[in-house]
Amino acid sequence: MGKTFQKPEALTDQITHYCPGCTHGIIHRLIAEVIDELGIRGRTVGIAPVGCAVLAYNYFSFDFQEAAHGRAPAMATGIKRVRPDLMVFTYQGDGDLASIGMGEIIHAANRGEKFTTIFVNNAVYGMTGGQMAPTTMPEQRTTTSPFGRDVEDVGMPIKVAELIAALQTPAYVVRRTVLKPKYINKAKKAIKQAFTYQLEGKCFSFVEIVSTCPTNWGLTPLESIKWAEEKMLPYYEPGDYKIPD
Amino acid sequence: MKGNEAIGEAAIRAGCLNYFAYPITPQSEVAEYLSKRMPEAGGVFLQGESEVAVSYMIFGAAAAGARVFTTSSSPGISLMSEGISYIAGAQCPAVFVNIMRGGPGLGGILPSQADYLQATKGIGHGDFRLLVMAPASVQEAVEMVMEAFPLAEKYRNPVMILGDGLIGQMMEPVEFPENFSVEPSNKDEWATNGMDTRKSDQRNLVKSLFLDPEMLNSHNNVLREKYERMKREEIRFENYNTDSDYNVLLVSYGTMSRVCRTAIDQLKSEGFEVGMIRPLTLYPFPEKAVEDAASKESCTSVASIEMSMGQMVEDVERSVRGKKPVQWFGKCGGEVPTPEEVIEFIKSL
Ligand SMILES: Cc1ncc(C[n+]2csc(CCOP(=O)(O)OP(=O)(O)O)c2C)c(N)n1
Ligand code: SF4
Repeated sequence: MGKTFQKPEALTDQITHYCPGCTHGIIHRLIAEVIDELGIRGRTVGIAPVGCAVLAYNYFSFDFQEAAHGRAPAMATGIKRVRPDLMVFTYQGDGDLASIGMGEIIHAANRGEKFTTIFVNNAVYGMTGGQMAPTTMPEQRTTTSPFGRDVEDVGMPIKVAELIAALQTPAYVVRRTVLKPKYINKAKKAIKQAFTYQLEGKCFSFVEIVSTCPTNWGLTPLESIKWAEEKMLPYYEPGDYKIPD
Repeated sequence: MKGNEAIGEAAIRAGCLNYFAYPITPQSEVAEYLSKRMPEAGGVFLQGESEVAVSYMIFGAAAAGARVFTTSSSPGISLMSEGISYIAGAQCPAVFVNIMRGGPGLGGILPSQADYLQATKGIGHGDFRLLVMAPASVQEAVEMVMEAFPLAEKYRNPVMILGDGLIGQMMEPVEFPENFSVEPSNKDEWATNGMDTRKSDQRNLVKSLFLDPEMLNSHNNVLREKYERMKREEIRFENYNTDSDYNVLLVSYGTMSRVCRTAIDQLKSEGFEVGMIRPLTLYPFPEKAVEDAASKESCTSVASIEMSMGQMVEDVERSVRGKKPVQWFGKCGGEVPTPEEVIEFIKSL
């Protein structure tokens, strides 16, 4: 009898540097499983962001590029334009994608670049120590919003999936979460669908994943899940925001 | 052919079929030309949303093993500096053409050489250098663009062609070198071109992050060794009237050096000898050539003639090592100094 649970080939043996209870690890695994299932490891190029996942390439066993902060979609554009046959995805946090890299993601999506973006929304800047992100919730305390996010002062959190879905160019744009096992399967299906659209040369594909950052939220992993479910999911509603014809 | 169009065509002839750019005067004609020509040649043309994005499109494409280039002008190059630093850090080959205009800020749209220091010393953060070549004619721009690709690949480092606005705008006859080798170098060793592409189990990683201090130091030593090698193998310059017993030695590059030639010829007919070193590579700078030429007995002073407020003069002073007095003459509003102005300056020495 074969093993029923084994490490995907697309992952390396390295132990990750992520904090206990961090959802980056789960998302990595889903991506790796999908790559194995589609049998595309040999033609995949990942692009790591600047953020906690900057070292993501240590955990994946295929070609990887490391971007500058926010610029992964421009790099993915460069690769796909010269090598449309490669399967390219960017893996980006909310500071990376929704703040410094907003221009790059919007224009890549609007051009309908045939790559996939996995957008990890944990409502803070994780790597630099929990500063406020464009996706930080109203009233949420961070190291640069010690009194809670004041929406009068800095505006409302950005709903990125909705923003990208509002573009007229056809795309696959969905939001999922990995907070509970029942959500995880749906997230994996969405990643697979996103990669499949790319492989078909159909459209830009974007999967936002509502995630946790226990370390910078100052909560335990379990409390983090509860907080994300109660505070984030009603605002960042999982769903399909755009499906290509 | 117009300089800007010739630059675009030269890249294609050098086997570079990938171009990403953002419009800016005085070089937008390159993008206009290539927007027609690239599809015809079966290549890639894309107008990016900003020079920042373009520099990363170049990075992504170069890292995936493609021959790729862009063109811009001063303010655009400032925006690309971030990407250029990452490309140099990650050791990818790419070609950047800067058709300089006046600065700082928006400056002006007329020709200038005000980005000398930026190109040779201060582009982007970190310890790295570009190989910088400066053409003085459309023909030379074509040749330099074509050579830039193999050089970028030899060093796995960005190469910059630094031309003043006139090089882009000028119409001159050009001949494209025949039988140019378009063989790509061995990219399989490092490029993220897909494991299947190179039939390998080993994945490739393109990155510039080295958190470990020892590793970052040794990475920087690898880069430094490349720049030292450039100094040994790539320095190029041209002598003008240096066989004579010149009293004054000029150092000048690009369009400015053509004006200096006219001035030198004029002075010669008046019985006054002036020599010139024209650097073709600005980095690495022909230090030894300038030092040797300045050391000549008859030479009493050295002058850097530039369309900037005195930038290259720092390298000239460094090269001359105090052996002779070094002066600067230049203008930086967009007007090229005339031969008469140069002659007047030389006579004032
Ligand atoms: C140009 C630039 N500005 C700032 C930084 C510092 N920096 C590194 S990671 C980061 C934020 C990352 O947050 P996010 O994208 O949300 O990812 P997370 O760490 O939460 O996964 C910042 C501001 C940088 N590396 N480069
Ligand atoms: S700081 Fe937050 S996002 Fe980063 S690894 Fe830790 S829990 Fe994850």
